[in-house]
Amino acid sequence: MAPLIEFKDVYKIYYMGDNVVRAVDGISLTIEKGEFVAIVGQSGSGKSTCMNIIGCLDVPTQGQYLLGGKDVGRLNDNKLAEIRNKMLGFIFQQYNLLPKLTVLENVEVSMLYAGVPKALRIERAKKALERVSLTDKLGNTPSQLSGGQQQRVSIARALAGNPSVILADEPTGALDSKTGRDVLALLQELHREGNTIVLITHDNSIANTAPRIIRLTDGKVVYDGPSGIKGSLVQTREEEAEA
Amino acid sequence: MNFLQSFKLAIQSIMKSKVRAFLTMLGIIIGVGAVTVIVGMGNGMENYISSSFESMGTNLITVSIQGRGTSRSVDVDDMYALVSENPDVLSYVSPTVSVSGTVKIDSEEPDSTTVTGVGEDYCAIKRYSIAEGRFLQYVDILRRQKVCVVGSYLAATYYDNNAIGKTLKVNGNTFTIVGVLNAEADSEEASTDDAIYIPYTNAAKMSWTGAISSYSFSGATEDSIDKGVTLIEDALYKVYASEDYYTVISMTEMLDSMTAIIDVVVMVLGAIAAISLVVGGIGIMNIMLVSVTERTREIGIRKSLGAKQRDIMQQFVIEAATTSALGGVIGIGVGYLLSSIASSIIVTLMDTEITVTPSTTAVIGAFSVSVAIGIIFGYLPAKKAAKLNPIDALRYD
Repeated sequence: MAPLIEFKDVYKIYYMGDNVVRAVDGISLTIEKGEFVAIVGQSGSGKSTCMNIIGCLDVPTQGQYLLGGKDVGRLNDNKLAEIRNKMLGFIFQQYNLLPKLTVLENVEVSMLYAGVPKALRIERAKKALERVSLTDKLGNTPSQLSGGQQQRVSIARALAGNPSVILADEPTGALDSKTGRDVLALLQELHREGNTIVLITHDNSIANTAPRIIRLTDGKVVYDGPSGIKGSLVQTREEEAEA
Repeated sequence: MNFLQSFKLAIQSIMKSKVRAFLTMLGIIIGVGAVTVIVGMGNGMENYISSSFESMGTNLITVSIQGRGTSRSVDVDDMYALVSENPDVLSYVSPTVSVSGTVKIDSEEPDSTTVTGVGEDYCAIKRYSIAEGRFLQYVDILRRQKVCVVGSYLAATYYDNNAIGKTLKVNGNTFTIVGVLNAEADSEEASTDDAIYIPYTNAAKMSWTGAISSYSFSGATEDSIDKGVTLIEDALYKVYASEDYYTVISMTEMLDSMTAIIDVVVMVLGAIAAISLVVGGIGIMNIMLVSVTERTREIGIRKSLGAKQRDIMQQFVIEAATTSALGGVIGIGVGYLLSSIASSIIVTLMDTEITVTPSTTAVIGAFSVSVAIGIIFGYLPAKKAAKLNPIDALRYD
C-alpha cells in the first residue's frame, strides 16, 4: 500500500526581486498511516512551508506531493479545498476558532462545507467534543473559554471531519506549559487510537512527544528517525557550526 | 453550504453590527423611499385629475373651428341635426361663444368674469345644476332674450345670494338674471363659478364675425365617444375638405394626454430618485470591502476547513443582497409613511384631495432593484474575499 504522505523531491522556491528563496529545497519523505511525526526546525527552516504543502494550502514549485497515493500538487483551488475538507484536520497555534459561533457550531463548520446533513453533523460534532471532554461548553462562544479549552475545541473540530491526517502547527505555542502538556497528551492518545498526526514545532521538548522526528534546516531534511537521539534535536546556529 | 445557511450567516453578521448595517442601508432606504413616494404622488395626481374630469363629464367632446374665411362655414342647425340623427351616439350639443368685453354690475366691473354664449343644453352637457331659478331655454335662444344665468361666486359676491331678477351689463347690453348655478369649484374669483351664461344667439351678435367657432357635445355613453368624434369629424370634413380647419377633442383624449404627461414627469423624477439607489449600492460595496478586510482571518479559517471559492463568494454576495433587501423593505415602509404625511400636508396646504398612493408595481420594482443592487455591488468584494490566499489570510491579524 502506498504511504499516506509522500514527498518526491519537493521544492518550493520564492522569487523576491533578485533574491531566490528556497523555502523547501528538495525534500523527499514518506509518512505512513497511523504515524505520529514531529517536523522540527528553527524559524526559516522551511517547516511552515512544508506544513502548508502537506495541508494542501500551498502547492510545490517542483516535485511531487502524493496524499493517499494521489498527486495533489497539480490540483486547482477548489479541488484542494475539497481535499482539505475531506482528508485534513488543522490545529493552529492561535486556535483559529470563529469568534461569533458557538463551540458546537465551530466544530460543525467543516462538515457544513462537506454537505453533511444537520442531524448527523450535530451528532458527530458532539461526539468529537465528548472526545476532548468539552460536552458542557457546547453553547459557549470561544471567548468564554480558556486557551486550553479553545485548543481542545479546535482539536475536536479537526477530529469531527474524520480526516486522514491531523496537522498540528505549534499547538502549544500559545499555552502555558501545564496546559500544553495536557494538549500533547491528548494528541498522543489520539495517535494511540490510530490517527495519523503531523506535529510542526520549533521546540525540542515538544517534538520529543512524537516517536519520529524529521528535522529541517534551510529547507533540507537533516535528520529523519526516532526521537530521543541527539541528532534529532534542533541546534542553535553555534552548535551547528561546532558540529 | 446551501443558500439557507449562507442566509442565516448573513443575518447573524448584520445583527452583530446593527448601526453599521443601518448606515450601509441608508442610501438604499432613501432611494427606495423616494421612488415609492414619487410614484405615489404621480398616482395621486392621476387619480385626482381623472376624478375631476369625471365630475366634468368624461363624455364631453369639444369642437373648435378655426374656419376658412367666410366662404364656408358650418351651420348651427347642421350640428344640432348631427345629434338628433344619432341619438345612440350623441346626446346633446351646445354652441359656445366666448364674449370678450366688459361686465358691469351696478357700478362695479369684475374683470375675471367669463361670459359665454351657450345653448339650452349646455347645463346638461357640463352637468351643472341649478341652485335657483332656471337655465337658459330654447325660447331665450330663439328670441335672443336678454337673460342670463350666473355662477355662484357672482351671486354671492355681488347680489348677496339674491340675484334672480337683478340685471347686469355685458358690453353695454343689459341682461336679466334668471338662474344661479350651484358651486362647481370653490366659488372663488376666476373659477368656474365666476361666470355668466347668455344665449349664444346674443353672444354671436356681439362678436365681430357673428360666426360660431366652437361647440360642446356630450356622448350618449362613454363607449360612444370615439364614434361621436368620428361622426363630427366626418361632418366637418364634408364642409371644409381638410382637417386643418377644425379640431375635435374628447375629454377622454385630453385625460389620456394629461395622464401621459404626468407619467413622463413621474418617470423623470423617479429616475433621479433611482440615482440614490446606485449611490446606496456603492455604499454597500464600500462597507463590504471593509468587511472582507476585517474578516480576512475568518475567510482563511473557513478556507482551511474546506470552504471553496464558491462558498465564500456566496456568503458575501448573500450578505450584501440581504443588507440591501432589508434596506429596501425599510425604504418601502418609509415611503408609505412619507406618502401618508405628504397626503395630509397636501390636503391642508392646497385644499385639494390628492392622496399619495404608492403603487404595488413600484414597490415590488423598488424591492427587486434593491436586491439586484446588493448582488451587483456585493459581487466585487465577494470576489476579492473568494480569491484570498488561505495561508496569507490565516496569518492576517
